Amino acid sequence: MTRFRYFLWGVVGVTAALFGLFAYQLSQPKDEFVESAMIGETIPAFDLPPAVEFRPGLSSANLADGKPKLLNVFASWCVPCRAEAPYLDELERRGAEIVAVAIRDRPQDVSAFLEIYGNPFSRIGSDEISAVQLSIGSSGVPETFVIDGSGVITYQHIGDIRAADVPMLLAKLQEAGA
Amino acid sequence: MRKLLVLILLAIAVPLAAQDSLPPAPYAYQQLDDPALEAKATELMHTLRCLTCQSQSIADSDAPMAGDMRHQVRTRILAGEEPEEIRAWLVDRYGDYISYSPEVSSTTWPLFAIPVLILLGVAFILRGRLRGAK
Amino acid sequence: MIAEFGLVALWLAAALAGLQLLAGFLAARDGGSATAEGLALLVRPAAVVQALLCIASFLTLIYLFAVTDLSVKLVATSSHSDKPMIFKIAGAWGQHEGSMLLWVTVMAASGGLIALIERRLPERTMLATLAAQAFVGLGFYAFLLFSSNPFERLNPAPAEGAGLNPLLQDIGLAFHPPTLYFGYVGLSVAFSFVVGALLTRQVTPEFARVMRPWVLGAWIFLTIGITAGSYWAYYELGWGGWWFWDPVENASLMPWLAATALLHSASVLAARDALRAWTVMLGVVAFSMSMVGTFLVRSGILTSVHAFAVDPERGSFILALLTLYIGGALVLFALRANTVAEGERFSIMSREGALVINNVALSAILGIVLLGTLYPLLTEAFDVRVSVGPPYFNPVGAIFFLPMLAVLAVGPLLRWRKDSFARIKLPVAIVGAVFVAVLVLVLALADIGILPLLGLALSVAVAIASFQPMMGRSLRRLPLAVWGMVIAHFGVAVALFGMASDTAFQQERLVAANVGDVVEVGSWEARLDAVTPVSGPNWTAIEARMKLSYDGGAEREARPQARSFWSPPQETSEVALLTRWNGQLYVAIGNQAQDGRWQLRLWWKPFVTFIWYGGLLIALGGVLALIGRVATDVRRRVAAGKIAQRKAEEAS
Repeated sequence: MTRFRYFLWGVVGVTAALFGLFAYQLSQPKDEFVESAMIGETIPAFDLPPAVEFRPGLSSANLADGKPKLLNVFASWCVPCRAEAPYLDELERRGAEIVAVAIRDRPQDVSAFLEIYGNPFSRIGSDEISAVQLSIGSSGVPETFVIDGSGVITYQHIGDIRAADVPMLLAKLQEAGA
Repeated sequence: MRKLLVLILLAIAVPLAAQDSLPPAPYAYQQLDDPALEAKATELMHTLRCLTCQSQSIADSDAPMAGDMRHQVRTRILAGEEPEEIRAWLVDRYGDYISYSPEVSSTTWPLFAIPVLILLGVAFILRGRLRGAK
Repeated sequence: MIAEFGLVALWLAAALAGLQLLAGFLAARDGGSATAEGLALLVRPAAVVQALLCIASFLTLIYLFAVTDLSVKLVATSSHSDKPMIFKIAGAWGQHEGSMLLWVTVMAASGGLIALIERRLPERTMLATLAAQAFVGLGFYAFLLFSSNPFERLNPAPAEGAGLNPLLQDIGLAFHPPTLYFGYVGLSVAFSFVVGALLTRQVTPEFARVMRPWVLGAWIFLTIGITAGSYWAYYELGWGGWWFWDPVENASLMPWLAATALLHSASVLAARDALRAWTVMLGVVAFSMSMVGTFLVRSGILTSVHAFAVDPERGSFILALLTLYIGGALVLFALRANTVAEGERFSIMSREGALVINNVALSAILGIVLLGTLYPLLTEAFDVRVSVGPPYFNPVGAIFFLPMLAVLAVGPLLRWRKDSFARIKLPVAIVGAVFVAVLVLVLALADIGILPLLGLALSVAVAIASFQPMMGRSLRRLPLAVWGMVIAHFGVAVALFGMASDTAFQQERLVAANVGDVVEVGSWEARLDAVTPVSGPNWTAIEARMKLSYDGGAEREARPQARSFWSPPQETSEVALLTRWNGQLYVAIGNQAQDGRWQLRLWWKPFVTFIWYGGLLIALGGVLALIGRVATDVRRRVAAGKIAQRKAEEAS
């Protein structure tokens, strides 16, 4: 019977721990983002055709040309991508080189999008089946990756870029050797 | 528990704003010709999490990204890759979160240790009962 | 005015619950003294009046929804004057506040009912039970009155209500949630009996007999709720799945597992005065699981399919209640452990022995479901995200589920206390032979996975075994409770057969088809005759007109739709289901490909319907057992009344 009582106190303990966990998780903001596991890894080889006529396509070789870059994953059909457009422009004005991958997009839609919201991109690759997106562990649009000069992913920003993210991303670029 | 249903309901409802204009990738809605390969792919797809829909497998979702992931899985299977290689490839990119099939690792061992403990506990209780009986 | 009436009734009910708690507790503590006697007289009436007040309050809410009183915030935000009347009324419990009021009302009604009719237990135990019931109730009253007041006014009243979401106007949606609530409330009543029995040290067979109908009732509702929820997901999600091990599904499964175990252990306690501690433990666990389930769903701390606005504040409140009830009950149990003396001993080779194995296995499965559901939550606290899904739950659960089924096949044949294997050798041999025969047969004919294979063989064996307890007994004199057991066990076999068969033999066809194309899946031939746009009150859809025939038989029509709702913008799949005795054909239409062809998805799902038939059979078994038990109780009560009357007459 004493053994049974120890068992019961054990149950009380486990239950308390469980409720503690519940309480802790209730107090935590819910993190809905799925982070890429590719941070610190070299970007996998790819070669995307141009998404629009007036910008060249994008390949992994372009990302290992010695100069750190921002890689923006976007789409013309994505609403937050419109919201972040001014900040991408600002990043470009402040010296960042930005290349992009357009996800599941048609050339005319991308052109129209860039017409309205500006074009800070030096290269835009078209990823019609999300293959590159999957290969770098990106789970949605928009996302922005920092790539160092040798093609290694050093940082991932999930969601649209807000005003406060601009200096942060510039600093990350700096860290990556710009 | 109406919310239970609302939750499920919302999961199947893809917000129109996120709709893209391209047709789905070739193998998103098309089976492989070889039934054996297709079976392999289907089994794998049921154990991969759709990243944009939360709590659904890519085999149960209309989300475009789930379609693209199905295409990846089917083309890789067709190219001769084994399901577990594809799973590993995805886990390398998204972490364990993408796979519904937890592997024994430094972060998941209790998932497997605790059932073993439960099994031992069960054996212990039943043995006690057996011995206690005259 | 009307809304205020409802609110006042609710406050009065809460006050009475307070009175019931205090009077019940004090009277149970100092039983015998004059004050205690006086207080004791208050308890039962308090419970009955409280029930009436809650019912009045809930009827008020229904009235407000029926007349669409838009000055009430809840009505304005979740109803609309153009809704059909049935959905106006169902809307009363269609959101958080109303559903909590329904919960409280059913709980109070149950409390009132036991206060009114239950006289079998020692009065002190009843007082403690009713005090516990009031204690649980008070928490919910506080939740309602302080953070979820359903009668809150809105000033100025809007011209029209906001809730006309037609997606939610589904008769299944209207009645599925209350079904689960009734289950949860039944378990809360069982919990109150457990606490009352613990407080007064009366964990007796009589206690089990009194508690059992409540557990049975709860279990019936949970069974129906889960079965209906599974079917709903099946036809609504559009991809043919019927169970996903989603956290929200698991949250409804866990109380069912605990209730199933409790049901069986209460039977042992009632019949044989054994398994006292188990029964108490399971009583606490079953109610805990319904609270944990509610917490997980309402707080949204788990990654479920929750694009839905869940509310952490409500989560905090439920967690506080959970801690109070469950923590309190467990500590009480630990303190009283030595007074819950071990019951009668028995041989493992006995009915009790089999039921112990059943209990342990069910508890183990419960433990695994709980672990798998909560584990991602645990690792998230350390910033690691993992997913636990079917590849984990299926095999790990099967380790305990399959042996349990084997015991289920044999257990009902055993006698209480002690039995010998020799006595039941023949029926066991028959069942074993059937199992092996099916196993070999399936192995020879088909190449399927190990789990579906074992599932098929076991389901056939259990189906036969479930009827064996009736052998050699007069069917006419067989008690209803035994009929119930037989049917429920048979239902388990039927459901398992459906699951295994669908998993093993389902055929899938995804095609892009032109109008006029013929698609084959399984023995079906499907011809796409036309694709036309159709429209409803708030949606447009493309509808495929198809003619299908099974094995060259008569043509049947199917019209699957891909619907687009515009307010709120949502796309859903309306599948077409063609049911035959041996399965269901599941047809869904997707988008149009660029070359003009249509995406069609077809599944031939052999015997998939058995899953839900099985679930309904299980519930039916429960209903028969419940009727049988209650009828016996009533007969006993009438007989006891007559004896008492005769004695009184003789004495006078």
